[in-house]
Amino acid sequence: MRRPRPPAFFANHGYRRRRLVDALRLLPLFGVFLFLLPLLWRTTPGPGPNTVQSGVYLFSSWFILIVASFALSRKLQPDEDKAPSEPPGDDKDPATDGTH
Amino acid sequence: MVPFNILVAVCLIYVCLLFLVAFAAERHAERGKAGWLRSPVIYTLSLSIYCTAWTFYGAVGYAARSGLEFLTIYLGPTVVLIGWWVVLRKLVRIGQRQRVTSIADLISSRYGKSNLLGVIVTLIAVLAATPYIALQLQSVTLSFGLFASDTPEGWALPDQSATALWVAGGLTLFTILFGTRNIDANERHHGVVMAIALEAVVKLVALLAVGVFTVWGIAGGWGAVAERIAASPIANWPLVPGRWIGLTFVSAAAVLTLPRMFQVMVVENADEGHLKTASWAFPLYLLMMSLFVVPIAAVGLGELPAGSNPDLFVLTLPLAEGQGKLAMLAFLGGFSSATSMVIVSAIALATMVSNHIVTPLWLSLREGGARGAGDIRGLVLMSRRLSIAAILALGYLYFNLSGGSTSLAAIGLIAFVGVAQILPAMLGGIFWRGASGRGAALGMITGFLVWLYTLYLPSFGEGGLLSHDLLVNGAWGLSWLRPRALFGLDGLDPLMHALFWTMTLNTLAFLLGSLLSLPSPLERIQALAFVKVFDQDIGARGWQRGGAEAEDLLTMAQGILGAEAAQGFFQAEAASQGKAGYLPDTTPDFIERLERRLAGSVGAATAHAMIAQFAEGAAVSVRDLMAVATEAQQILEYSNQLEAKSEELARTARQLREANDKLRELSVQKDTFLSQISHELRTPMTSIRAFSEILMEPDLPPELAANHARIIHDEAIRLTRLLDDLLDLSVLENRKVQLTLKVANLHDLISRAVRSASSTRAERRFSVQRDYPSEYLTVITDTDRLVQVFINLVSNARKYCDADKPELAISSRRRGNRIIVDFIDNGAGIPKKAQGLIFEKFSRLDDTQRAGGAGLGLAICREIMENLGGTIAYLPGQRGAAFRVTMPVRPGQGQMANAAKNGAAEKRPA
Repeated sequence: MRRPRPPAFFANHGYRRRRLVDALRLLPLFGVFLFLLPLLWRTTPGPGPNTVQSGVYLFSSWFILIVASFALSRKLQPDEDKAPSEPPGDDKDPATDGTH
Repeated sequence: MVPFNILVAVCLIYVCLLFLVAFAAERHAERGKAGWLRSPVIYTLSLSIYCTAWTFYGAVGYAARSGLEFLTIYLGPTVVLIGWWVVLRKLVRIGQRQRVTSIADLISSRYGKSNLLGVIVTLIAVLAATPYIALQLQSVTLSFGLFASDTPEGWALPDQSATALWVAGGLTLFTILFGTRNIDANERHHGVVMAIALEAVVKLVALLAVGVFTVWGIAGGWGAVAERIAASPIANWPLVPGRWIGLTFVSAAAVLTLPRMFQVMVVENADEGHLKTASWAFPLYLLMMSLFVVPIAAVGLGELPAGSNPDLFVLTLPLAEGQGKLAMLAFLGGFSSATSMVIVSAIALATMVSNHIVTPLWLSLREGGARGAGDIRGLVLMSRRLSIAAILALGYLYFNLSGGSTSLAAIGLIAFVGVAQILPAMLGGIFWRGASGRGAALGMITGFLVWLYTLYLPSFGEGGLLSHDLLVNGAWGLSWLRPRALFGLDGLDPLMHALFWTMTLNTLAFLLGSLLSLPSPLERIQALAFVKVFDQDIGARGWQRGGAEAEDLLTMAQGILGAEAAQGFFQAEAASQGKAGYLPDTTPDFIERLERRLAGSVGAATAHAMIAQFAEGAAVSVRDLMAVATEAQQILEYSNQLEAKSEELARTARQLREANDKLRELSVQKDTFLSQISHELRTPMTSIRAFSEILMEPDLPPELAANHARIIHDEAIRLTRLLDDLLDLSVLENRKVQLTLKVANLHDLISRAVRSASSTRAERRFSVQRDYPSEYLTVITDTDRLVQVFINLVSNARKYCDADKPELAISSRRRGNRIIVDFIDNGAGIPKKAQGLIFEKFSRLDDTQRAGGAGLGLAICREIMENLGGTIAYLPGQRGAAFRVTMPVRPGQGQMANAAKNGAAEKRPA
């Protein structure tokens, strides 16, 4: 006999968790994007943002990344971070997510 | 201004403090209270060895020269850390699963436990680290010199070279003391980690203090600082796109591949969860370290006279402002950065050198290979200590040769590009199952050679190791071989040029080599275990059943892990198989676990080679590989379950069979004993009867009568003793024995036993080896009973030890609440078949009458020890027969109750 379907609560929970992991994976890419941005304005000759402005930009984007990383790793429950990673392409209907 | 000798004194006090902290942490961990030593905060702080003296002093110099470009050195690691889920988590998991000891071990283990790869990585790492260590010595020396220059009197050191020598010597001492306490890399270096965590705090506080002073003390707030930066030469720094991207990349690579970073991040990691904290806390640490760099550089450029070394602004700025104490703090910060980097680097490199170069070399040079290798712990520890000294000596030599002229940042970046050569093999190894050892070797060798040619050797300057002619015209006059314009790629700065060619050629060779080669079965197993590390129980079995004898394996394991750890491991394995004693069945699973355990001490390649000596011909085949391939595994899952069940049944059947065999043997023994005891009872009886009949003769001479009476008496005593033993045994077995608890010194008890047993075969020369100091242990127990056990063991050794020069070694130690006493002789030992039976009643090894007893001695010993709350067991895998007596320091509840009864009984008559 098949086991009864787990309650929807679990399915949503699992769905949220997968998106959280997606965010964790994307964060470094976002970081690279932020850190490479100065290339756009600093290389062209002529007036552009100077050292002070670039510095303020780099330090604030750095800080934003730290805060984002803090928030994401806080959300990750302690018992979950040791769970095996999921195969890619798991973007399914949340309701069926927790049944297998 | 701080007088120079006060500076030296403060420095010495600080070093003493570090020793104390490390010592206290080790003590704390030894007592099993390592809890907070393994907190995520300590882990994050230990990562800060990324910030060396180069970062501490050099960043300001770098900023004064090239504006914000210095930030790339921190942005790379930041990206790696916030992306921990992708790479670091996997590395840490693999590190724990495979008991990885260093980055060389990771690469070697992944590519089929090949030692060649371990050697390549070790060479790259040592070559890259040497200038880096020299750099640390240089920075300490420079900063010392700064204080010394203004104060010719005091205890000024004669010259810079001597300062560097003192620092190198002190660091060697510290590293050897706290870095080589144990050889298992998975047992953490608590002392070292604690000390570098403290240093991490010191350097952060120091740099922040100088920064705060600069911004608010000199400039007068952020607004004023911004104005000063805008007015300074670095107001409009030229961002070079190639360098910006290249440096970010190379620093991201370095944080993964630097041996010291790998050591603290992966090897010393106690809990995967710590990464979660480090993922934001370490970038935050880096941010705080770099927050004040540009202000200090800008203010320094404005305030200090032109031509002063910007690498030392952190020190000279407070000094110029008359802030002696602040300068001192800054000095300690720089000192901390330098020392912590050198200590961890030396540990990491020494592990690599000893595991991948010295130990394999030694094993292959000695006859007989790993078999009978004896105790290699001493060898491994000694080679680590010597390696530490050698690595620091190399650093010192480089410092002396280079004359400490190059600016700090340049040397650091050369090292970064060097270790980045490991990156393709590392990332390919953990994400791509197709990556092969041949490809990895090709890639790393290519990258390494190109790095040597285009960056490392030219760094010694013209007329250094490469001639001027070669630098300008290329090798053999071929212009496309010019070290700084390979293949005609001109116009890049040397660093970017080298980075581009090394990484391109390295990756290309790695990919081609992997695509074109066919890896060995073992390599494919390891590839699967690494790439799919998060899929539980991907059973990569490297061994098949059979071949190895558990006792041989135990002997070998004792040589590597140490006797106690090896015995504990074997005992636990045996227990999990449902067997008592120290010898588990040599199942593939067990051998696999043993290999991994050994790998934690000597590295995967050596551990594999050593096990292979014993399980020859039993290594994995391609057919076994098919069984573990993932596709096949899904289909085979059902049959695997069946197999597991049948294995379970087989195990139960084996246990039953063992129990049955034992019972049958016991019953045979009991029959034998009954006939024997009848015989033993009858012989004295017969002589008593015969002699008493003679005594009845009326006219017997008195002397003859006395003689006969004595014989009768002796025989009666023999009978009584036999019956006493039997009675004693039955009392002990029924737990009705009354204990008389006393406080005693173990030393006295052993001495008593050795004295009492000396009458056994007194004609033989028999030497007893004892370690007196370790015997001074207090024990509360029934001393007479315990001595009885000891006497039995000592006289057994005297009786049965068949060596030409019989020897008995008695060693004692305390472990937690238990005392362990080992009795080991140098005879032939007890055959494995008999080991399970010697403690049974009526059992005797041979039928000779030499023993003169009825085979009750060890049975009584076992019962006594059980009554005392301890155990006695046979210890296999020693030189000869070995017995281990274990007892509690003070008795438990049961023994107390027995003793109380006894005490009451004794008081009543009084």
